[in-house]
Amino acid sequence: MMIEALIAVALIGALVTFVAPNRVAGKLAFAISLVPAALSLWMFTAFDGSGNALLDGDLAFESHLEWIQFGDYSIEWFVGLDGISLPLVVMTTILCSLAILSSWTPIDRRESQFYGLVLFIEANLIGVFSALDFFVWFIFWEAVLIPMYLLIGVWGGPDRKYAAIKFFVYTNVASLLMFGSFIALVFGLGDAATSFALPEVADAMVNGGGVQSSVFGIDPGTFTALVFIALFLGFAVKVPVVPFHTWLPDAHVQAPTPASVLLAGVLLKMGTYALLRFNFTMFPEQVATYAVPIAAVAVVSVIYGAMLALAQTDLKRIVAYSSVSSMGYVILGLIAYTQFGVGGATFQMVSHGLISGLMFMSVGVIYNVTHTRSVEEMSGLADRMPIAVGILVAGAFGYMGLPLMSGFHGEFTIFFGAFQADFAYAPLFTALAMFGIVIVAGYLLFALQRTVFGPYHLETDYDVGRAPLHDIAPMFVLLALIIALGVAPELIFDMITDAVDPILNGGDL
Amino acid sequence: MAIYQLPEWAALAPALILALTGLVLFLVDSISPRSTNRTLLAGTAAVGALASLAVAVWFTAAGVGTPTMDGGEGVIEIFDGQFVVDQLALYFTIIVAIVTALIVVASYDYLRDHTYQAEYYSLVVLAATGMATVAAANSLVTIFIALELTSLPSYALVAILKDNRGSVEAGLKYFLIGALSSAIFVYGISLVYGATGVLQLDSIATVIADGGADGFGGLLGLGILMLLGGIAFKTASVPFHFWAPEAYEGAPAPISAFLSSASKAAGFVIAFRVFNVAFPLEEIGGVIGFDWTVAFVVLAIVTMTLGNFAAATQENVKRMLAYSSIGHAGYALIGLAGLSADGGELVMGAALMHLLVYGFMNTGAFLFVALAEHWGVGRTFEDYNGLSTQAPVACGAMAVFLFSLAGIPPFGGFFSKYFLFTGALEAATANPAMLAVAAALVVNSALSLYYYSRLVKALWIEEPPATRERLGQPTGLYAAIVVAAVMTIVILPGFGPVAEAATGAAEALIN
Repeated sequence: MMIEALIAVALIGALVTFVAPNRVAGKLAFAISLVPAALSLWMFTAFDGSGNALLDGDLAFESHLEWIQFGDYSIEWFVGLDGISLPLVVMTTILCSLAILSSWTPIDRRESQFYGLVLFIEANLIGVFSALDFFVWFIFWEAVLIPMYLLIGVWGGPDRKYAAIKFFVYTNVASLLMFGSFIALVFGLGDAATSFALPEVADAMVNGGGVQSSVFGIDPGTFTALVFIALFLGFAVKVPVVPFHTWLPDAHVQAPTPASVLLAGVLLKMGTYALLRFNFTMFPEQVATYAVPIAAVAVVSVIYGAMLALAQTDLKRIVAYSSVSSMGYVILGLIAYTQFGVGGATFQMVSHGLISGLMFMSVGVIYNVTHTRSVEEMSGLADRMPIAVGILVAGAFGYMGLPLMSGFHGEFTIFFGAFQADFAYAPLFTALAMFGIVIVAGYLLFALQRTVFGPYHLETDYDVGRAPLHDIAPMFVLLALIIALGVAPELIFDMITDAVDPILNGGDL
Repeated sequence: MAIYQLPEWAALAPALILALTGLVLFLVDSISPRSTNRTLLAGTAAVGALASLAVAVWFTAAGVGTPTMDGGEGVIEIFDGQFVVDQLALYFTIIVAIVTALIVVASYDYLRDHTYQAEYYSLVVLAATGMATVAAANSLVTIFIALELTSLPSYALVAILKDNRGSVEAGLKYFLIGALSSAIFVYGISLVYGATGVLQLDSIATVIADGGADGFGGLLGLGILMLLGGIAFKTASVPFHFWAPEAYEGAPAPISAFLSSASKAAGFVIAFRVFNVAFPLEEIGGVIGFDWTVAFVVLAIVTMTLGNFAAATQENVKRMLAYSSIGHAGYALIGLAGLSADGGELVMGAALMHLLVYGFMNTGAFLFVALAEHWGVGRTFEDYNGLSTQAPVACGAMAVFLFSLAGIPPFGGFFSKYFLFTGALEAATANPAMLAVAAALVVNSALSLYYYSRLVKALWIEEPPATRERLGQPTGLYAAIVVAAVMTIVILPGFGPVAEAATGAAEALIN
């Protein structure tokens, strides 16, 4: 019942915060959010990975209840965690607490509603990473959309309405596509699946031989391929990969800092996590068939995303586009389909969540103080706000993959795994993707050099000084986590590989 | 063993309690005719509706109306089968009682400065009595009488704002078209009677099966079409939907909620019972020469498409909701369109589920409009701009209703629409036209998101106008809205029993 407790605390907390007076909402929400964070950390220490496989075995903290029976299919309340989802849940709860802390300064109106929505998102994110029945999962998946739409639309920047609607339409259309194709798949499986439980569907697909007879007059092979592609497209928008990435910079730039933190830190991982759980677990044959085009998409996302970031002059846009690039690495790791590839991709999800969260927070803090994000207007900030700038620089180094920071381990294992991959030209794709690191270093150093170093100069009427402690503290926590994972990646990498191995071996531990 | 066996007519208790409540309200009014003791009046009506709800839920839980072979208490037939109390009847009584209770509570504030309070509440309760009776009626005559008992108070209720030209005009329109449709319906009844010689629904089926109507196929077919017309009016389905936006817009908003939720459900229960029981598909096709599900396939597609497209072009929130409720009538019609000679319990059950969820979310949405009317903020989308800054709780509830109406998780509307969709696909194995219906359902749901989210955007994202007075927080309206919102969400974890009850009711009806 631990997972239920996590979700329930966040949900009830959301309601309480929503009706609380504005004055106390921020502190109240932070206090409430510490409960799931502490609980998830306890779950992390108590985690038992021995039965740890989606395809074969029981998951930790599992609970399984009858819910709805409709016709031949049942829908169940089915949640549980394995070595892939647990680190993501822990990351979510921590990041949510820190995001709440970092909103105290920038959010100055309708606070109770804002924090209520953040806690509501937190509950649903935990649900996304722990649900094992497709319906339960989909409900959480979609329920993230509405509060994020409101966070961007109500508290965002000048173009917030456009950005919010674009975000909503893009991701909702993608969800519909994914929903329809997965339902079609379960029906196509016929008697092999009598519920929408992900382990059952995955088992029927991997060990049961998949779709056997023609569905709606389409032969099984084509049908499976169509479902695979539709699911991939549905999740690709969320990730996002090029060319479905255009909603992301708009949403990020308009969103208030804490929403950006959650958007980059956790929401993007929903896409890659779902890719791993659905496409890469359930369709091993299609993964092999479509490896080359998917790898190509991944490499294009890496290079193109980085080049776009290079062309930006808005600090937040730079960080936003860099996410496109980083998520490209994750896709590359997944498509490699080796222990290091998939494991590294999962590690990178956590690592990128922490690092991009840190970057958005630093940009947010700089904006709170200077009221500008334009690279061209700032210069020599290190003079005025050394601590915040120091953290920004550290985060940027993490992004570039400096050893002893988590980004290094993630990217290194991905590249290592991708070199070993089976598909054609895998080393070539990997080498191309590695070139992305150079561009990343390029745009980050370029941006830092212009904003942070050199003589102080800023065209603003505001008094530029140090940021308050509650702005700096969450960044220190994130930095500590990034370094901890960089120094000791086995903290989570072991449990990740324990969960990844059965996926690659069709369910055998 | 029961110590004291209740008489059979006690099975109609939910409807009788409502009727009694209406009479008590009249009594209160005749003792003190000028009384504006709103608490007493609304309280009596609410207690009556809740008592009726409690009894109906108790009956359902106790297994009243479950066919005996399933281990239930058996379907109860009253007055020689003029009324039956089965699961379907109880199911719809529950919907009606829920909506009535919400409306009555919400009206407490809405009617603050209006006259004719006692009349208002008693008319509401009497109309609810009619709806609950419709649910149990098993003969064309009892159906017609119960239907008139529903309609006549409704006409008066729409026009109850005597000083408001819109209200009076809407009432007149509603009355004229309602009278016409009643005439069509009763003419249909007479044709069916002419062809079969009986009025009780199961007897009609027997006569048709025995070949008693063989020479009168045309007459019977025409009669069925006329019944269909009458039902289409009651459910605000195309082509008899024109009255709905006018009547809903002109009526006091709680009454719009009442008509578009409960009254519509009553229309559907007639359709479900008459077409399943009296004109079973196995025999009817040979006699009248056509398969009536075709009519419902067309009706469902056209109704949902027209309703949604019209809703998308509205500037007035109440009209938008009115047209969207036409769209939802189209969704519920899928239940009948999906029937085939060898079943259709699933799709029918899904339609029943949708009507229950709809009872909460649509009532809630109209009650929010009632709240806005109470505040006097205006009627267009623009007038609703930024209301969330002043009334976050009510606007949060409204967002719940709208997203649920659009069928977005995590709200009840998502599941009922999903079940309709799978039910339609299931039915497509017997009737390929259902694929088109399923596709239309998806396309229309996607389209509906556009205009529902437009209202959410107005409420939450747009800035409020600089000059808007402080908004009050009327207790009754708030309570009703919050309860409806909570139920729209809570119904999701509780969907297991709902699905069971709905498919159970559908199975009992079809077999």
